[in-house]
Amino acid sequence: MSVALQTPAAPVRDRVETPFRRFISEFAESKLALLGLAVFTVIALVAILAPWIAPQNPYDLAVLDIMDGRLEPGARNGADDMTYWLGTDDQGRDMLSAIMYGLRISLAVGAGSALLAAIVGASLGLLAAYVGGRTDSAIMRVVDLQLSFPAILVALMILAFLGKSVMNVVIAIVVVEWAYYARTVRGTALVERRREYIEAAQCLALPTHRILFRHLLPNCLPPLIVIATMQVARAIALEATLSFLGLGVPITEPSLGLLIANGYEYMLSGKYWISFYPGIALLVTIVSINLMGDHLRDVLNPRLKK
Amino acid sequence: MSASLAEHAPRTFSDTETPMVELRGVSRRFAKKLDLAAKLARKLGADVKEEVVHAVDKVDLRVRKGEVVGLVGESGCGKSTLGRIVAGILPQSDGEVFWKGQEVGTLTGEAARQSKLQRQMIFQDPYASLNPRMRVADIVGEAPLVHGLTRRSEFDTYVDDQMRRAGLDPAFKRRYPHQFSGGQRQRIGIARALAVQPEFIVCDEAVAALDVSIQAQILNLFMRLRRELDLTYLFISHDLSVVEHLSDRVVIMYLGRVVEEAPTETIFRRANHPYTRSLLDSVPRIENRKRAFTVVKGEIPSPLNPPTGCHFHPRCPLAFDRCKAEAPALREVAPGHRSACHLNDAA
Ligand SMILES: Nc1ncnc2c1ncn2[C@@H]1O[C@H](COP(=O)(O)OP(=O)(O)O)[C@@H](O)[C@H]1O
Ligand code: SF4
Ligand SMILES: [Mg+2]
Repeated sequence: MSVALQTPAAPVRDRVETPFRRFISEFAESKLALLGLAVFTVIALVAILAPWIAPQNPYDLAVLDIMDGRLEPGARNGADDMTYWLGTDDQGRDMLSAIMYGLRISLAVGAGSALLAAIVGASLGLLAAYVGGRTDSAIMRVVDLQLSFPAILVALMILAFLGKSVMNVVIAIVVVEWAYYARTVRGTALVERRREYIEAAQCLALPTHRILFRHLLPNCLPPLIVIATMQVARAIALEATLSFLGLGVPITEPSLGLLIANGYEYMLSGKYWISFYPGIALLVTIVSINLMGDHLRDVLNPRLKK
Repeated sequence: MSASLAEHAPRTFSDTETPMVELRGVSRRFAKKLDLAAKLARKLGADVKEEVVHAVDKVDLRVRKGEVVGLVGESGCGKSTLGRIVAGILPQSDGEVFWKGQEVGTLTGEAARQSKLQRQMIFQDPYASLNPRMRVADIVGEAPLVHGLTRRSEFDTYVDDQMRRAGLDPAFKRRYPHQFSGGQRQRIGIARALAVQPEFIVCDEAVAALDVSIQAQILNLFMRLRRELDLTYLFISHDLSVVEHLSDRVVIMYLGRVVEEAPTETIFRRANHPYTRSLLDSVPRIENRKRAFTVVKGEIPSPLNPPTGCHFHPRCPLAFDRCKAEAPALREVAPGHRSACHLNDAA
């Protein structure tokens, strides 16, 4: 071949700058976001490893001693072989262990439902933007309807109808949250689908699902990631609220919200710790996620760039 | 630039063979949707209508196998819309599109897919036309893999060949589009289109966004590929001088209509339509360098509200009464030379 081959203008480096690497280095610019990431990582590790690192199995009624009920933080147990660092609840359950296990439920429900809602919402949002016309109007009507009801009301109705179980809480949160993803993804996708690379993909006769998920979706990811982060925090809070109101997870699998509810009646009698420490755990979890989310929004917002 | 392109002598084609692509009476309208305020106003009885743009208005066009047709007109006259219809990525509102003698709308299944794959498009914007989140290898190789033109095991060799043919070093196939310059990105777009082995290429202002020095390289690449792969082109440009050296035939559009078409030499020597002549006057040429650089006089009218009769009459130096009232038909003024102007009737 006679033509000289073209080489890129950028100097050849060993590490190719990928969009992902650029994103990582920009994310690391904020100390607060890194703090959020660090705290959240610790919380997630504690939740995942709870069965191995918790001092007690709070679900095993055989190890609970009702005589140890409502002990203050730092008290020793009856057999004098362990310390209840965060006190005990009215069943004599070690609060530290209960919080570790509660985090497990809260995070699993929060992340699981946020992920499911993201899959459902993003797919519908992409479809609405790409196909347009009646499909778009139909999907967006439902979104508007969904968003016009208070989330907690819808969730309460669903749970009253379906009954109490972890799976039903997840379903309720997905129903409440998918609309946020759909609306966000549709907004971005409407802009992206007008760009010529989508026309090029159509010209190459690629199947629609491929254009949606391989071409359109990756270019709509930034706002989706921001929304997803915020919605994990929202889902955790929603689950806590539902459990606090007694409509969430069953008593055999107490989440943070249920722990707070259990200790609520003792708040005024000075036994603050039964509600207080689960509350702190919930707060720290949500704040750490939101710290990451806030900075993600800055990093991933194309309008703030350049 | 002209010296290197001059080797390509214009070809002549017989009128009897089946054209590769043919448009018959093709129109495309875009309705500008009313916003909420306008809808309300209409409910209350105000005289608000949906605005309709006639981007393409009853266009007939034939492109024969091996031919290079230049499509020229000012910005907004509907060239890209027409190009998209020809490439099969935008449906027409009216009229018929034929691919090798068969109406595209009647094709189904494998035949429809083949007809679509064989018509490819090179886009104007080398930035927007490449997916920023895909590596070059996937941009070029995805469609051939999906359509079974290559297999996973041969993927790398296939992509390397396509890149080399477009003048790109395969060593950079793991890179992302933002790591390339405009000219290189346009080569990626060319490699992507050619990777599905098309026979017909629509080049929509494919060099307009590039530096002048790069433009010549890309134009030369187009001409080399045409020879090597026996390609047929619809070459869209707002600039007559770009199509002069590579087209066999030139089609001039004005506000959605074809106003003149003729072999390239005829257009440059004996243009018939007043609009074509004013376009030629605005082309900076060696012969008329002393003459002042003039663009076509007057504003381009809004396509939302085109002038009556001959669309060109508000700017036409030769306009007379009839031009305002009646739209001129596209008529043959010499063999292979058609023009839409009332002056041809007077003669
Ligand atoms: N998708 C669209 N929606 C609405 N109007 C459009 C669309 N595409 C093109 N148009 C209008 O059609 C006319 C012709 O546009 P185009 O084909 O892009 O012209 P050109 O390529 O010659 O500059 C313009 O008035 C433009 O505003
Ligand atoms: S028809 Fe009339 S206005 Fe139109 S180009 Fe001919 S002379 Fe000019
Ligand atoms: Mg255009």
